[in-house]
Amino acid sequence: MSRGRVTLAIFIVCLVAAPFLLPEFYVTLMNFIGLATLVTLGLVLLTGVAGLMSFGQQVFVGFGAYATGVLTTMYAASPWLGLAAGLAFTAAAALGLGLITVRLSGHYLPISTIAWGIAFYYAFGNLEILGRYNGIQGIPPVALGGWLLDTGRESYALIWALTLAALVAAANLLDSRPGRAIRALRFRATMAEAFGVDTARLKLIVFLYAALLAALSGWLYAHFLRFVSPGPFSVHIGIEYLFMAVVGGAANVWGAVMGASLLTLLKEWLKDILPKFFQQSGNYEVIVFGLLMLPLLHRAREGLAPLVARLAGAGRRAAAPTGAVVMLARRERPAAGEPLLEVSGLRKNFGGLAAVRDVSFAMRAGEILGLIGPNGAGKSTLFNLVTGVLPSDGGEIRFRGERIDGLPSRRIARLGIARTFQHVNLVGAMSVLDNVAIGAHLRGGKGTVAAMLRLDRDEERRLLAQAAHEIRRVRLESHLADPAGSLPLGQQRLVEIARALAADPVLLLLDEPAAGLRYQEKRALAELLRRLRAEGVSILLVEHDMEFVMGLVDRLVVMDFGERIAEGLPAAVQSDPVVIEAYLGGVT
Amino acid sequence: MSADIVAWLVQDGITNGAIYALLALALLLVFAVTRVIFVPQGEYVTFAALSLSLLEAGRMPGTVWILVFGGLAAAAVEGAAALRARAFAALPRIGLLYLALPAAVALVVWWAAPRQPAQWVQVLLVLAMVVPMGPILYRVAYQPLASASVLVLFIVSMAVHYVLVGLSLVFFGGEGLRARPIAEAKFRLGVVDVTAQSLWVLAASVVLILLLWLLFERSIYGKALRATAMNRVGARLVGIPTALTGYLSFTLAALIGAVSGILIAPITTLYYDTGFLIGLKGFVGAILGGMASYPLAAAGAVAVGLLEAFSSFWASTYKETIVFSILIPVLIWLSLRSRHVEEEEERE
Repeated sequence: MSRGRVTLAIFIVCLVAAPFLLPEFYVTLMNFIGLATLVTLGLVLLTGVAGLMSFGQQVFVGFGAYATGVLTTMYAASPWLGLAAGLAFTAAAALGLGLITVRLSGHYLPISTIAWGIAFYYAFGNLEILGRYNGIQGIPPVALGGWLLDTGRESYALIWALTLAALVAAANLLDSRPGRAIRALRFRATMAEAFGVDTARLKLIVFLYAALLAALSGWLYAHFLRFVSPGPFSVHIGIEYLFMAVVGGAANVWGAVMGASLLTLLKEWLKDILPKFFQQSGNYEVIVFGLLMLPLLHRAREGLAPLVARLAGAGRRAAAPTGAVVMLARRERPAAGEPLLEVSGLRKNFGGLAAVRDVSFAMRAGEILGLIGPNGAGKSTLFNLVTGVLPSDGGEIRFRGERIDGLPSRRIARLGIARTFQHVNLVGAMSVLDNVAIGAHLRGGKGTVAAMLRLDRDEERRLLAQAAHEIRRVRLESHLADPAGSLPLGQQRLVEIARALAADPVLLLLDEPAAGLRYQEKRALAELLRRLRAEGVSILLVEHDMEFVMGLVDRLVVMDFGERIAEGLPAAVQSDPVVIEAYLGGVT
Repeated sequence: MSADIVAWLVQDGITNGAIYALLALALLLVFAVTRVIFVPQGEYVTFAALSLSLLEAGRMPGTVWILVFGGLAAAAVEGAAALRARAFAALPRIGLLYLALPAAVALVVWWAAPRQPAQWVQVLLVLAMVVPMGPILYRVAYQPLASASVLVLFIVSMAVHYVLVGLSLVFFGGEGLRARPIAEAKFRLGVVDVTAQSLWVLAASVVLILLLWLLFERSIYGKALRATAMNRVGARLVGIPTALTGYLSFTLAALIGAVSGILIAPITTLYYDTGFLIGLKGFVGAILGGMASYPLAAAGAVAVGLLEAFSSFWASTYKETIVFSILIPVLIWLSLRSRHVEEEEERE
């Protein structure tokens, strides 16, 4: 049993024992912690992991609470029907709001969450059916079979059972195929798209999940307190939920428990002592909360979860699956010599600068084509055009006869084009294994729900086995479990190559793969690329190391100032006077 | 609805809209230069308005304590940095700027408050108390994180808002306050009575907007601000001290906020937490203007003021709901317009 599991077991034992040992007051407090944990957990995924910030989660809590409040008091419906209605209403609202805002850049989402927070707070307080500012009273307790959960201790059981389930589901999610993609959303969305992840859809899913957790918390709240009023759904409560997520941090889902516990307890304590200190009543705890957040944001932006993770050893080390694994199916490859990539008249302008000017070239299956040229010649731009990272301004790109210019990069990835990035584009905090497994994203199909319920384990073993296989191919097996960001730059480039290989590409685009490698590593890389060619993988290579390029490629395309200036066999290109002039600057 | 009601609502809407326009300009200025979404902008309004009311009543506003203790915190941060860098020569300047100056303002206010000076003196005292909050806040809360992502800076703004709104409750209590108007005259303009105060508001807004325009177009400081707003790294490369532009934009924002507060104090009853909503309405205006252009932001803010006036006539209880819901169609439009995959703006 790992230390992490022991810690989890102790946590659960304490949770089970707590209601039998603690006085009523603390049981109630624990209930509030559980309720806050559910909302915070959603925010940890949303803000901490996926990088989408919301100050409006309290609105979804309100939806969950008011839906069940109205249905159970006015229509004498079952609380379970209230739950279903609350979740359905929240899902519809979150989808609507999410469709509008998650596509917009970073700061629009938080601003609009504040705006809808204010809009709904006043709506809650003024709608006749919701009892205006007086709220709804006499909400019945939840009944489980014949068992009426009408005491604080019984509510405790329900609240914490659901909270634990949500925590485990979220932890499962992060450790899965969609989870890896979610962890790439915050800093590496372009990369994720290039490996077939529909980032906008995934953001929407995370947003929806966070909203549903909040609605669940609202439902529990309504049936625990048996009373709903607008107070707990004000904007300031929404800000507090976000503070909880920041205090806990996003390193793992248990940060949500810590953030929620710490701030709930602190608030309770401050509410007790501060009014005595100021000798009048009021929400003075906000001063302390604000003053607390500043040094935390200045000094420990990762929150407290990493600290506890170290103490508890909760960070499960990534490991390649052992035992027999059925490998993933491979794509059929075009026969050697078939036309593969045809670029004609391709153009790209950045403002007044023509980065790529009427470039045309063709590539056949089974060859290694080198793309060389001085700095600023437009090589990386060309890569970005072929992989759909940038839209072109004219010309045509065909892949196996099919036009691909104008397609989003995730669709191009589907066709069997994989790439590396010139500026290494790895999720630094994630293990090498998980980073490489992102490459195999399109070779799996299990979604978020399957991942939460652990119904994806068979596929997950195959994806990870594939990733481990690619890592061995670039000889990084000894670093498999290390965080990718801890490797030296040259090895990070090899991780990029392994990730591209995990996509099972027909065409592999490598942007300066040998930069930062030592002599022996370069030789090994050249050998690997030759082996790939023999396996039927075609390679388009940008590289500055001429020795590396000349010994490896079948043909060369030379670019300068956005134009193709030469094309042909390496020896012919090397003696081409135009090329020599471009590199050496007109020696006459 | 009769013509004089319409006229009255339009007057009300434009008066409030002018205030929102000032705040929208300040928010846009701070965001463009420092990438800070400055949620606490509205708190300047509260502090200025309520301080003015307390001064009128002959009481010393607690605002001076923010100045004194904020200055102390800023001096500690600056002093520690200077000591680490062994720049002892900087210490007297730090002491003068962050310790002596706030203390002097506090002493003057403490001496003057019970003597109930003339209104223009009170206005000056309020400015002296509120405007320095800008640079102090920037130094203590934001400058250590100048290169952090927009989202982190946003959370910082929330924390600052929390501190200020809490202190506002401590200093001013939960009761609403309203100040004496600067001018009490009323004019008959066609069918509607125009109060001199709302003319004051309009005139002051127009003058401030013109001054800002002059600053940006005609002075080297304004040009430095614009350069920093466009490209931070580039601005630093050509020798613009980007930290200084941060101070400058925060000071201007505090000045605009304080002036707004002084103008609005006689029109509305303000509570310790009213500023939050006022500031956010400025934000709504700025977003209506696309978060990019000053004239559009001002126009958007006036639209918010008008919408608020008319919705308070038709459905007064849903006033705030309506005002904050108009963001939705604007965001839909912005969302449809943006086609590209979001480029990640922050780095690990």
